[in-house]
Amino acid sequence: MTDSKTVLKVISAVSTKIKEKEDYLTELDKPIGDSDHGINMARGFTAVDAKLPLLEDKDIGTILKTVGMTLVSTVGGASGPLYGTAFMRAGMAVGSKTEISTDDFLNLMDAAAAGVKQRGHAEPEDATMLDAIIPALDAMKKAAEAGKTPKEMLTLGTAAAKKGAAHTAGLVAKKGRASYLGERGIGHIDPGAASFALMVEAATETIV
Amino acid sequence: MKKFINDVNNVEEEMIEGMVKAYPQYLKRVEGTNVLVRAEKKTNKVALISGGGSGHEPAHAGYVGRGMLDAAVPGPVFTSPTPDQILAGIHEVATEQGVLMVVKNYTGDVMNFEMAEEMAQSEGISVKHVVTNDDVAVKNSSFTVGRRGVAGTVFVHKIAGAKAEAGGSLDEVQTIAQKVIDNVRTMGVAINPCTVPASGKPGFTLDENEMEVGIGIHGEPGTHREGIKPANEIVDIVLDKILADIDYSGTDVAVMVNGSGGTPLMELFVLNNHVQDVLQKKGIHVYRTFVGNYMTSIEMQGFSLSLLRLDDEMKKLLDAPADTPSFKVLG
Repeated sequence: MTDSKTVLKVISAVSTKIKEKEDYLTELDKPIGDSDHGINMARGFTAVDAKLPLLEDKDIGTILKTVGMTLVSTVGGASGPLYGTAFMRAGMAVGSKTEISTDDFLNLMDAAAAGVKQRGHAEPEDATMLDAIIPALDAMKKAAEAGKTPKEMLTLGTAAAKKGAAHTAGLVAKKGRASYLGERGIGHIDPGAASFALMVEAATETIV
Repeated sequence: MKKFINDVNNVEEEMIEGMVKAYPQYLKRVEGTNVLVRAEKKTNKVALISGGGSGHEPAHAGYVGRGMLDAAVPGPVFTSPTPDQILAGIHEVATEQGVLMVVKNYTGDVMNFEMAEEMAQSEGISVKHVVTNDDVAVKNSSFTVGRRGVAGTVFVHKIAGAKAEAGGSLDEVQTIAQKVIDNVRTMGVAINPCTVPASGKPGFTLDENEMEVGIGIHGEPGTHREGIKPANEIVDIVLDKILADIDYSGTDVAVMVNGSGGTPLMELFVLNNHVQDVLQKKGIHVYRTFVGNYMTSIEMQGFSLSLLRLDDEMKKLLDAPADTPSFKVLG
């Protein structure tokens, strides 16, 4: 499905998109958090950008693990450990491969999702990034089974992630700072779910 | 906002350097990190690590030393340290006997310390942790799910620290740490907020005559606000909630009247006066009392009261010698 070179391109595209949408993500975090999701993620991905040139000849596992370690030591808050774990577990699942199949890709996404779930102690419908990750993963698995191309699969994954993120607005948050607001958090999208949707979108736009 | 700082971006760095320069006989900084460790490493015991956001001084670096912590990992103000920092601390102080981490219950802290623990374990280092959650005020808060870890954490440092210093195994040190957690309850009240240097404005605002009952150590909300009352009545509110949470009747307790940073000792003693009177009336025997700034919130005007229900084992460990910058027991 893809190789190391393309993975690096995808990470770079994700980084660009996250930085472009910094204000949007921070705005989402104002009413239900501490107004820093965009700032933190932009900082994290700026640090990731600096690492990319050093990863040019590395395998996909190393690339993903390095992204994860960089994010966890720079993003902070809860998103740092969550995204850090996601990328690190994905990297561990891929190992030293320099090319991956669609199955490999879905495998690493499964590992990432499991990592986020374990790290955050969250369940679906808790109004967290899981509520974007799980629908995206489900949609992509179905697409792969139906024989869709990687591009089609990722497009469907993006749509599901966005739908999942929008859905969090109707949920009462059970985790994170929004959970303190209880009912008052309704009507607000979870920033982590939104940033995840942006990541999948960036990946879709990069894969041909 | 008036503070004794220089460039606001350098506050944590200058604080750490200032601490090390104040206490070279106690503290050493792990180069390239913010981790503070004992000046003289002790190798034949379980290593005890704690940490969390800065802004709670002397917690936790003030408790690094004989009889208490081996390492403290400070994050940015009111923000958890990241796993790489915590792992650096683990690497520096880990021994064959293993490492126990004392983590306060805040979402960021728990996640970052758990990540560091996994990383260390994957390297073959024996690491366990306990989570402190002694606050009785609120069930969930804007900083965590479940009860918050507050000043009672210092009792964990002392008692588990003593067990480790005496050669306890990792399991034994974890067990006694958990016993302290199970037997300590805390609640706080604030009358004026604190200002995080990077923010430049108070974390919350109170009216001229208001107090926030059940305040958190980051200035996060508690149970409610009401008009400020005389100190004795505030103590009554706090004690009622603590005593209702677990059964202290007929027990021996350790008392901690903890200042939030902006409260004069004078007032802490006024509060303690009524705490002691009430406990005496209720037949709860006070074994030891600690009054002072143990876990602050920068300059917040507030206090917290902790009651630790003691047994013989905990009494011995509480009384065991300790020598750290901010907690000493002669021995």
